[in-house]
Amino acid sequence: MSEKSFSRKKSGFLVEIKKNFWLYMLAVPAILLTLLFKYIPMVGILIAFQDFNPIKGIFGSTFVAFENFFYFFRGSQWLQITVNTLWLNVLFIVTGTIAAIALAIMLVELGKNLFVRFNQSVMIFPNFISWAVIAMFAQAFVGSDGGYINRWIAMLGGSPISFYSEPGVWPLIFVIIRIWKGAGFGAIIYMAAIVGIDTGIYEAARIDGASRMQMIFRITIPLLKTTVILLTILSVGSIFYGDFGMIYTLIGDNAILFPTTDVIDTYVFRSIRTSGSMGMSAAVGLYQSLIGFVLVIVTNKLAKKYSPESAIF
Amino acid sequence: MSSVNATFKPKSKLISKGDRMVPIVFGLLIAFFAILCLTPFLLVITASLTDEATLIRTGYRLFPEKWSLDAYKAIFRSDTIPRAYGVSIFVTLVGTALSMLTTAMCGYAISCKQLKYRNSLAFFFYFTMLFSGGLVPTYILITRYLHLANSIWVYIIPSLINPWNMFLLRNFFNDIPDALKESARLEGANEWLIMLIIVLPISLPAIATVSLFYAPGYWNAWVEAMLYIDNEKLFTLQYIIMRIIRNINTATQIAGEGASAGTVLPPSYTIRLATAIVTIGPIIFLYPFLQKYFVGGLKVGGVKG
Repeated sequence: MSEKSFSRKKSGFLVEIKKNFWLYMLAVPAILLTLLFKYIPMVGILIAFQDFNPIKGIFGSTFVAFENFFYFFRGSQWLQITVNTLWLNVLFIVTGTIAAIALAIMLVELGKNLFVRFNQSVMIFPNFISWAVIAMFAQAFVGSDGGYINRWIAMLGGSPISFYSEPGVWPLIFVIIRIWKGAGFGAIIYMAAIVGIDTGIYEAARIDGASRMQMIFRITIPLLKTTVILLTILSVGSIFYGDFGMIYTLIGDNAILFPTTDVIDTYVFRSIRTSGSMGMSAAVGLYQSLIGFVLVIVTNKLAKKYSPESAIF
Repeated sequence: MSSVNATFKPKSKLISKGDRMVPIVFGLLIAFFAILCLTPFLLVITASLTDEATLIRTGYRLFPEKWSLDAYKAIFRSDTIPRAYGVSIFVTLVGTALSMLTTAMCGYAISCKQLKYRNSLAFFFYFTMLFSGGLVPTYILITRYLHLANSIWVYIIPSLINPWNMFLLRNFFNDIPDALKESARLEGANEWLIMLIIVLPISLPAIATVSLFYAPGYWNAWVEAMLYIDNEKLFTLQYIIMRIIRNINTATQIAGEGASAGTVLPPSYTIRLATAIVTIGPIIFLYPFLQKYFVGGLKVGGVKG
């Protein structure tokens, strides 16, 4: 770049800042907070390549190149926790999206009346309940001694299941709890999208003799594609992050359930607590970030190709 | 799609009958899901109102043999929970207000078309949703350099900005007709005044919705307490619950080992259920006020404005 064009660019920047000074000032607090709490910790990625010693600090610890990564990938658990994280997240994204869309379509289809408003309020409510409270609810339901579900099973003549020592059932329990908690709230975004669809399309379909179900499957669902893809790209970015809040509160340190429930985040949390190996934890964090980043770029590329209006950037 | 075709072709002959069934089936399904959403609350409320010994003997029941208010009495007699309530309320109110202030200011700025770098700024925020330094560096920054550990602000300041919420607001601001702002500009109002007098008042639905996204995050915060807070006076309600869950597990074990003791039971088992119910309380009261804004305020979109 020649010096001339550089200086012109620079003065263009200053002119722009000067012109819209007060508007940029509005953004300054958010920019500073983001720099401080989001960008500065990115420097800490260096820890992933160090034998980190908190006393020596980030700039004084010994550099060990990829040793932390080797340590993690040599361990027996990395594959299982990676698979669990991915599998659970895919399960959550798919079931959550389907449930939210189904609710949204039914609610919009029923129109605006007291019945709909009341039911919608009720089903949004669980979204505001914390995982800690939900963990307590879960114990009341699936607790082996006197939990509701085992009492119901007993009433129907079945033999009780001891949920807290049965890893196989937990993915299903997670999915049920997530739908219970999030589907009603998730439906809001889809309802907004459905309400935004041009009513002329439905009018035309009705004149052509389409039934309501046909309109749902041929008009509403295809037109939700943009929103679905957009929200999916957003969740793909965090597909390598386990839902620590949910899994840690529900499972805790119950190692019997780890085969199906241990995810990268709970694993990292435990290894910080037990071995204090910050270098390895940072290495795992980097592994999560990088793969999530690549996945978002790829899905966004695909979205750009097949459904340009839902690409994020 | 072809299977859908096949399924629906025969039906089109009975359009009117099929169409009449649709609202009935949907209504039933919606009501069913709503009942499922409410059931756990009812069951846990009745369990928390059960006498401790009855609960242990008969397990959870919708209509317990013996009712008791002991758990709630114990909660409000203790110091811990009323104080944690205070902490949680402070964190939620102050946190949500500050979040909305910073988010709305920035969201408005990047919604303005005359801002040349608005998309670069949007990407600057979006990038933090993709890539993060992780828990360890953040922990070191907060404890060693910012000295926010054991301060109530550790719940608030690091989580003030959520890019996703900012984009929701930005998208709403984008749809405000320029003519409105232009007329104010001709009257000589500057951008801050335009935001305060014109944009924010008509964006009330979006502001209510986004507040509702922020507030539960603050109300339900507990990881911060676990990581950064040692001072019990600064624990949030949710962290108290987490501790109760962990402690009762050991308490149950000990009770199992010494079951023959036969002393009067403290309501340790029902107390955790009652605590869970008590933490839900404020949400119920806040909720009807904001509910009416739910659908109107939302529009999802990409990073670019």
